[in-house]
Amino acid sequence: MRRRSSRLAFALLFVVVAARADDSEQTGLGSKPTAEELGAAGYTVFPDGKGLPEGRGTVSEGKAVYQQFCAACHGRNAEGDEAAALVGGRGSLTSERPRKTVESYWPYATTLWDYVRRSMPYESPGSLTNDEIYAVVAHLLNLMGLVGDEDVLDRESLPKIEMPNRDGFVPDDRPDTD
Amino acid sequence: MTTGKRGSQRPSRRAFIGLAGAAAAGSLHPAARAQTADAIRDLGETPSDYGRPSPFEDSKRWSRAPDATASSSNTPLADLEGIVTPSGLHFERHHTGVPAIDPDTHRLTIHGLVERPLVFTMDDLVRMPSASRFHFIECSGNSAREWSPAGAPNVQMSHGLASCSEWTGVLLADLLDEVGLKAEASWIVAEGADAGLMSRSVPLERALDDVMIAYGQNGEAVRPEQGYPLRLLVPGCEGSISVKWLRRIEVAHMPSMARDETSKYTDLLPDGKARQFTLVMDAKSVITRPSGEQKLDGPGFVEIRGLAWSGRGTISRVEVSTDGGDSWVDAEIEGPRYAKAFTRFRSPWRWDGGRHVLMSRATDDTGYVQPTLAALLETRGRSTIYHNNRIKAWEVHESGEVTNAEA
Repeated sequence: MRRRSSRLAFALLFVVVAARADDSEQTGLGSKPTAEELGAAGYTVFPDGKGLPEGRGTVSEGKAVYQQFCAACHGRNAEGDEAAALVGGRGSLTSERPRKTVESYWPYATTLWDYVRRSMPYESPGSLTNDEIYAVVAHLLNLMGLVGDEDVLDRESLPKIEMPNRDGFVPDDRPDTD
Repeated sequence: MTTGKRGSQRPSRRAFIGLAGAAAAGSLHPAARAQTADAIRDLGETPSDYGRPSPFEDSKRWSRAPDATASSSNTPLADLEGIVTPSGLHFERHHTGVPAIDPDTHRLTIHGLVERPLVFTMDDLVRMPSASRFHFIECSGNSAREWSPAGAPNVQMSHGLASCSEWTGVLLADLLDEVGLKAEASWIVAEGADAGLMSRSVPLERALDDVMIAYGQNGEAVRPEQGYPLRLLVPGCEGSISVKWLRRIEVAHMPSMARDETSKYTDLLPDGKARQFTLVMDAKSVITRPSGEQKLDGPGFVEIRGLAWSGRGTISRVEVSTDGGDSWVDAEIEGPRYAKAFTRFRSPWRWDGGRHVLMSRATDDTGYVQPTLAALLETRGRSTIYHNNRIKAWEVHESGEVTNAEA
């Protein structure tokens, strides 16, 4: 197509390409999803809150969700059991035994929401409703002292939570050996 | 000259295989016939629909937790020749198991900050312009046991979360051209179709460079454990970013800060800060023969063999030491030397029957030299888990046994 075998062909190509508003490398393969299909394809939650769905949850609702779906692996108070500790460890990152928990290490509360939605509970990921996810995240953040007992989490309030280790990450500056 | 542990410790293996073969219903197993080696005049097997290794071979992946909780398995690097890892021996690492996906129903959706969101079937992707490239994949947790001087006892355990394949697929740059990027686009977020919807963010600059959407591995379809029918392949970078069972790519204005790029796969430093998006796997090499748990069966000629690789480019030099690093000689780099791929090195050696400590040290085409454990610990402290590319040492004892050596 780039051999310019004739000016006419090239001109026609230009018209077709212009209609797709891009350069000439496209194959035109793939199909345009309907809005419904696109909605069903999935989504990502970002630190600025983009992607967070409608819904809300309270700390007390979250405590019930946690005890039902999470406590068996993460411990009654999220202190860790078979699965990782979720709370505690603040101030330990410079120690000989750093305790990297959601509380001490994770930079964004949105990551907790996103990960619970994707991957938890381990045996039945995707089984919690959005309200249940907001609630269980509220409960965990409450255990960390980051939201009050009466607070409600939703798409507006969650991204505003400042995690303790928010500024704990630096870009890759390797190579770092001579 | 070298014999593996399995040979020296299980002398009855061939007899066992022979018995197992004879017990198989119907036909005489080839291994059973081989017991009478001087009388093999029986007609051999007829063609088969999918060939398997000889029954005398028993290369296997090794898993740290060989039960339902296992989430990784290691490549038997000491058994491999050349630069390609057989697909069935490619290391595994998955977070929520291997999904069974019907390619006829599988779709890749590309959306977000694009002009035209598109959905691709596998047929669509196979019709597109294709590329085939040799690349290693290495889990950034490979060699995590090597932070302690003692390290792992054999190369499968110490370095086996790395493998190399010929990958075939579509360049992501071509797919992003199909959808058209909006001006604010700066990252892509990839998502798998496994139970946990594994997700990682890739900087757009890298995504437009040499990233592939792979459907082929070593001449056939990508294996289920490797992402069948479709995986992201981010050459030279830590394995977890090459999202398997790829179902969705969202073009975005920022990284999603997914769990596996914040909580995990970040590198905690002594000052309490953690490096993030440490994607590139730095140059690394390891001697695979002679290596831990092998045994030299007597003094004389031994070809020292190993693998080297760099996530930044090609391997320009590999040096080998047989005296614990006091002196080094250049190994021969033999065979293909592709960027971001396993590169095979070989070095002739005449074992005098004494105690020797064998080491290899790789240099890549950026001039980066593989560091010692001491150098890594000095700059990174003792709390990092990932990205251990230390020089590895094996000790050859007077008995011929080879063990892990304290470097």
